Amino acid sequence: MPLLEGKGVTRYFGGLAAVQNVDFHVDQGEIVGLIGPNGAGKTTLFNLISGALVPQSGEIKFKGANITGLKPHVICRRGIARTFQLVRVFPNMSVLENVLMGVLFGKPDSHTMDQAREEAERWLDFVGLSAVKGLPARSLTLANQKRLEVARALATGPELLLLDELMAGLNPTEVAQAMELVSRIWEQGITIFMVEHVMKAIMGVCNRIMVLHHGEKIAEGTPQEIATSRTVIEIYLGE
Amino acid sequence: MKPGNLNLQRMWGPGLAFVILALLATLPLYASAYSIILVTDILMFVILALSWALFSAPTGYISLAPAAFFGVGIYTSAILGRQLPLPLVVFLGGLISFCLALLVGALTLRLRGIYFAMFTFGLVELIKHFWLWYEIKFTGTRGRFVVVVDQQTIYLIMFTIFVLLLLTTYLIRRSRLGLALRSIGECEEAAAHIGVNVNVLKTLTFALSAIFIGAAGSVIATRWTYVDPYIAFNPLYSFMAVLMAIFGGIGHPYGPILGAVIFAYLEEILLTRFPYYYMLIFGVVLIITVLYLPEGLIGLMTKTRKRLAGGQDAPA
Repeated sequence: MPLLEGKGVTRYFGGLAAVQNVDFHVDQGEIVGLIGPNGAGKTTLFNLISGALVPQSGEIKFKGANITGLKPHVICRRGIARTFQLVRVFPNMSVLENVLMGVLFGKPDSHTMDQAREEAERWLDFVGLSAVKGLPARSLTLANQKRLEVARALATGPELLLLDELMAGLNPTEVAQAMELVSRIWEQGITIFMVEHVMKAIMGVCNRIMVLHHGEKIAEGTPQEIATSRTVIEIYLGE
Repeated sequence: MKPGNLNLQRMWGPGLAFVILALLATLPLYASAYSIILVTDILMFVILALSWALFSAPTGYISLAPAAFFGVGIYTSAILGRQLPLPLVVFLGGLISFCLALLVGALTLRLRGIYFAMFTFGLVELIKHFWLWYEIKFTGTRGRFVVVVDQQTIYLIMFTIFVLLLLTTYLIRRSRLGLALRSIGECEEAAAHIGVNVNVLKTLTFALSAIFIGAAGSVIATRWTYVDPYIAFNPLYSFMAVLMAIFGGIGHPYGPILGAVIFAYLEEILLTRFPYYYMLIFGVVLIITVLYLPEGLIGLMTKTRKRLAGGQDAPA
């Protein structure tokens, strides 16, 4: 049984099919990449999985249970966490408080404030932000705000992590650091589903890649298969 | 800095608060009848501003509904005041306001920004006109007389509501609920995605803040002796709550209190000394606040203290 499974997932915006009849699955322990040109429906698909949007038809299952149409906070507590394409940290809260929010609200089990603080500090240490934990989140660099979002998502105790363009806007050094972070998250036993434009990153860390185009899934395979696929090359480069 | 010095600094805030609360609790023992009436009025505005800030300050949802809950409290008193003892009436005023806010919140808290503000403003007008229609259709008169209660009792009940509200504000700010409310104000979508049940939290806090406004309305109605829908559902009370809180500064719980005390006292002074210029001076104070004190009086005080502290830190 796959960890996450979608069948015929469809979402229209007005007359435009943002995601159309897409089947997908993510198995336990995989790192799956989701690519496609701008406007292909990648973020919409993530929004459908995380509950920000409700599909008009189709079904999404997580660990065998139907999660279609559940509220975002419920889906988070079931074990799916996400980051956002445009960073959405809590700008005026401290770095530590940002992560603390994930620990306190993201999972069903309860903590005392001290336990929660300890756990939040562990996740900050994991992503390498311990030194700035007292600063307001808005004062961090983009790369660090993205790390903070990852730490906040991890603090909710997910089994599946959705990363929406973690590398976008980062310089080459920061991309390398982010790739290393993805590998370390995977080593923690967390399954990863990631949208990415940075090809080097996606080819380097993913086991399997899905390609969306105009809201439809047009290819799926190992990084090698995708890199040599005629359809994919045509979409990206034109015929 | 010496440790003793630090302790003293940390203690003076709660210490001062305690002294003020003790003075207020014993006010009827030593104050004149006029002072009791004045302080009751000030406390009423403090309750309005502080309960408004309880929900709107952290979440950023600008509610213009206080006048609706205030009016509901007033009418609870006007209708039930003769049959039931005052504390029970006040409790019911709070409870009915809570239920109304729960309903309104569940329906409208998905609206954001200006739409929420507009809806809550419309709510006050809606209830006012509905009630006016009801009164004329079914009772045949526009207004009602409210049972008269002595000033000391009114004061003591108002003070009790204030203390309960202060306690509630303090507990929420310290708890994870306070953190969650702030996260909604900072980025609601992210809050929902890390497990915060944003809709339930917003609705419950909105309703909680309405309790105190409704209760304050129930008490103060007994002093007005006569009410009609125009008096009870006066949108000015919504605006006053918002303005006082912003004038004082919504970044700190003492802000709305300070703002309301100064505003209410100023109103009293201006109204008695300069009856013709009172609204004019009021307006000027407001414009200056908005232009030069975006963080309110509390923001100004923090800035000044920092500047002074910076001066002291310089080597002597």
